[in-house]
Amino acid sequence: MKEKIRIASGQGFWGDLIDAPYLQVTEGEIDYLVMDYLAEVTMSILQKQKNKNPKLGYAKDIPELMNRILPICKEKKIKVITNGGGVNPEACAEAVLEVAKNLGIKDLKVAVVLGDDIKDKIDEIINAGCSLNNMETGESIISVKDNLLSANVYFGAFPIVEALQKGADIVITGRTTDTGLTLAPMIFEFGWSENDYDLLSAGTIAGHILECGGQASGGNFLGDWQSIENLENIGFPIAEAFPNGEFIITKHDTLGGKVSFETVAEQLVYEIGDPKKYITPDCVADFTSIKLEDLGNNRVKVFGIKGNKATETYKVSCSYSAGYSAVGTLTYSWPQALTKAKAADKILRARLEKLNLTFDEIRTEFVGYNSCHGPLAENIDENKINEVVFRIAVRGNDYKSIERFGKEIAPLILTGPPSVTGFAGGRPKPSEVVAYWPALIPKNLVSPSVKLFE
Amino acid sequence: MKIKLLEIAHGRSGDKGDAANVGIIAYDDKGYEIIKKYLTVERVKEHFQGICFGEVERFELPNIRALNFLLHNTLGGGGTVSLKHDAQGKTLAAALLRMEIEV
Repeated sequence: MKEKIRIASGQGFWGDLIDAPYLQVTEGEIDYLVMDYLAEVTMSILQKQKNKNPKLGYAKDIPELMNRILPICKEKKIKVITNGGGVNPEACAEAVLEVAKNLGIKDLKVAVVLGDDIKDKIDEIINAGCSLNNMETGESIISVKDNLLSANVYFGAFPIVEALQKGADIVITGRTTDTGLTLAPMIFEFGWSENDYDLLSAGTIAGHILECGGQASGGNFLGDWQSIENLENIGFPIAEAFPNGEFIITKHDTLGGKVSFETVAEQLVYEIGDPKKYITPDCVADFTSIKLEDLGNNRVKVFGIKGNKATETYKVSCSYSAGYSAVGTLTYSWPQALTKAKAADKILRARLEKLNLTFDEIRTEFVGYNSCHGPLAENIDENKINEVVFRIAVRGNDYKSIERFGKEIAPLILTGPPSVTGFAGGRPKPSEVVAYWPALIPKNLVSPSVKLFE
Repeated sequence: MKIKLLEIAHGRSGDKGDAANVGIIAYDDKGYEIIKKYLTVERVKEHFQGICFGEVERFELPNIRALNFLLHNTLGGGGTVSLKHDAQGKTLAAALLRMEIEV
């Protein structure tokens, strides 16, 4: 058994810094590179791509990235774990093997985790007595079943562990929890069992800290943000993990950013609910048990973690089509920038009303004034604002209404208040609204499987 | 004495469906005692009037001197349904730090 392993975060979401994973494998020593690509809406986007082309449906950045890092990973024996397989992990694996072949790399083992995609099994699941009720509203999935775009079960770390046990150098999954990507190598290397709840919780919390990339190492830091140096060259976080469940969050010395008590604490409270019950497929972690010790030099020790047995259910993330939306913006300048923007809003709304269009919602915000903090924005003299962006958005089921809305924005330039600009890029087009449907499914109704490609 | 929360705490916020999560972390133990005492559910609910239209839940993490709030019915439907510029509630931690408290 290894005495410690270094797990590096390479990506916090699909669209994150392209060079981050490259820097993680080149700027210092690591054993594992973990990359989270999947947000809730990402699955539906990938599903649409797969519907058009059965060879797609995964994060397309991956083959390109592998082309850059595979020779280095092979040489340094770094294993890569990612959920970027999206709705088509097998196609992703084939693309990676193609890259390896072109690079002349032999004996590369790529494993995929399958079984999370339940879109075509919804009826079966309902017949088995699970109505996949919406966790927020309690509604049965039957009401949106016909509009479903994707439905995926969140698997945990154990299928990845199985892949590593089979000798995989690269593990590509579909909808696996972000935390499972980091926990898996710890289970594998340290021989933790399914009943080691405290240890599994420790690895899960390490995963939570790593899952948003640079957000744990100085990015989006609301404390003394100006004190964070060299953000242009930010080093993503690394977890140095030990068999007893303790770990140190750090980063490569040569890179920028900062790892401190404060930067780690901010990431700990990010997107959590009840801190005593952080539920994953692997365990229920207790965030109130976490002890943080800032060791200095960008090293924060995390220890003392407790947790409990996992629940009997997996979380399911479904997405469904829920109408259309469009957003229009125009910029008004001094003098009376805000007053002009408000007048434009009034004129536009009157025109929309006269056209008898139907919307479920119309929302106006003034960017530069109140779009972030709404009524909490300080009252300021409307005449003193240098400029403001009038932002108006509509949503509804009637495509024609949303489309017509898009045609009413530009005319405001010549037929509304003066000193207006910023209309570039053409008419706002209706885009499909993809709504999210979270549900639970008994664990015995689905089973993950691992497939090895050599 | 009147203090602005921004002076004694930092934090981070994000989305959980249509709910926003707002985590507030005090810089020291004294600051934690203040936020623990003054950042009640009622006070936070009142602060977010016109932004949060649902229940406010509050959780304590004394180990990292933090409080976590869940603001339900806040993000205009959440995800891609929301028409809000800040559909994910990313700026709501800063919005809470605007609060002034008499201590």
